[in-house]
Amino acid sequence: MSALRTSAAPVALPAQRDRSGSRRTVPQRLGRSLTPWLFLAPALIFFGVFKFWPSIWGVYLSLFHVQPYLGDQWLGAANFTRTLDDPDLQAAVWHTVLDAFVQVAGSMLVGFVLALLLEGPARHLRILRTAVFLPAVIAMVAVAELWHALLFPGRYGAVNSLLGDVGLGPLPFLASPNSSLWTIMLVQIWKHAPYDMVIFIAGLVGIDRELYEQCSIDGANAWQRLWNVTLPALRPITTIVLILGLIRGLRVFTEIYVLTGGGPGGSTESIVTYVYRNVVVNNDIGYAAAISALLLAATILLTAVTLWWRRHRENA
Amino acid sequence: MTTTALGLRLPRRWTARHGGRLVVRLALYAIVAAIFLVPLWSMVATAFSAADPKNGEVFLVPHGLSLGHLTTAWQLGMGRGLLNSLIVVTVGLTLQVTVSAFAAYALARKRFRGASLVLLALLATMMMPEEVISIPLYLLIGRMRLLNTYPGLILPIVGWALPIYVLTGFMRQIPLELEEAARVDGAGDLRIFFRLILPLSLPALGTCAVFGFLMIWDQYLLPLLVVQTPGMNTLTLVVTGLAASQEQGEGVRLAAAVVLMVPSILIYLGLQRLFERGLLSGSLKG
Repeated sequence: MSALRTSAAPVALPAQRDRSGSRRTVPQRLGRSLTPWLFLAPALIFFGVFKFWPSIWGVYLSLFHVQPYLGDQWLGAANFTRTLDDPDLQAAVWHTVLDAFVQVAGSMLVGFVLALLLEGPARHLRILRTAVFLPAVIAMVAVAELWHALLFPGRYGAVNSLLGDVGLGPLPFLASPNSSLWTIMLVQIWKHAPYDMVIFIAGLVGIDRELYEQCSIDGANAWQRLWNVTLPALRPITTIVLILGLIRGLRVFTEIYVLTGGGPGGSTESIVTYVYRNVVVNNDIGYAAAISALLLAATILLTAVTLWWRRHRENA
Repeated sequence: MTTTALGLRLPRRWTARHGGRLVVRLALYAIVAAIFLVPLWSMVATAFSAADPKNGEVFLVPHGLSLGHLTTAWQLGMGRGLLNSLIVVTVGLTLQVTVSAFAAYALARKRFRGASLVLLALLATMMMPEEVISIPLYLLIGRMRLLNTYPGLILPIVGWALPIYVLTGFMRQIPLELEEAARVDGAGDLRIFFRLILPLSLPALGTCAVFGFLMIWDQYLLPLLVVQTPGMNTLTLVVTGLAASQEQGEGVRLAAAVVLMVPSILIYLGLQRLFERGLLSGSLKG
């Protein structure tokens, strides 16, 4: 390294000369190239053991009939072919996909409306935003427990007594196979919409105010302004909220397990509750691992396709 | 005067039409507050009532103030659950943030072969739902003889991509000149990390602590698989256990849920600024 090239940073010069290339011994150089890996080591160990290894092992397990004390029995692709012919799994996949789409779309819609309503620098808006965001930070178990109580199917149930006041109901909510999944979606939207709101507000703040002013001068009304300025500007954010939401949706477990346990009559069984049931009730670990492996593949595929689609659109 | 997307701004001159609009807006605010806040409030009001509500009934005003439901829940394992959850969150969060900070230092401040590959691999786990690997993870914990232990509850949640991502982004912005000056004074990497980079990264560390707390506090499937005796129950398991037994009234069940809810709310309200920054850096750029 020549002195000329580093002369722009005179303070650093002596140190760099001392430490750079030619003068250092081999162990010193080795030590320097090792340093980042030493700092990374704890993370790599934790991720390797508790994230990467289980995902690989899970794929391996899916090829076996797993029997913890009797030894595993090789099945080849049998666990996977079984998935094609399992009506319970197909129902679970349908519930999960439907739930993912509805809760993501619902949360985004409600979140967007909340963002439009509560955006702004005023103090009362800030307080209201903070309050509205509370459901998003509370543990899902507490949320599920709360709504399990509020949505009690009897006439005394909090929501039903409100409906009764306006001459409706009582509705069965979680107790009927016809309404159980939709009820779970409402609870999910209640919890996730405030999260989407914050992200949309960040997007709204980034929009150039002059665009609004120009629209007003051109005589556009509020709806036209929304359609022509706000929505196009929010499109990149919308994509991200959508991906994260769908991935979040595919792994749905806690709220379903707490609210209905997959019932009544399997009407809310999701992929992960079905996997859990196969492990804990049926003790069929290999089959559960096969479903998990397919879910993992679907997640990766979904992410890849969305990223590709986004790049494609940006280039077009 | 700033214009918002809906044109919701204060008018320069007040007219009857503006007054009408204000009324509509206040009504909308009231509806929003009713939907998102009243359920939470009713939970607290019911939990602290002396009266026991019928199934599904909640109180909007406490019916006779009492800690009865809370003490009943406490005797039914909530105390133990709270202790267990606090142990898991304290140790787990400390490890999570420490491990992430070390990794972020290497990824943000060092140039080395494979850096981008490591970052990509770590971030890819963000797109990998934990629930998907829960079955082999459960078997792994069993093989390590860690079922029904604190390490079994803690070790799997130490590696998390979000804090690494947030900290790497933050540490990259610390000017190189500061580090070079320290090196001139003869400081090594460890010294620079602990004396210079960590103190400067405090806001980002706070953000990671908030998110880590909420993530660990929210854990349900992992404890469900790992815990085998009531003495190891985390708070989430105690809450659902009380609900499943159906022997206790709504008041006791909601009291347990309130205890589960309050720490998250306090953390969020106390560190709101850090929280919002993290929310945006984690989801917008990710």
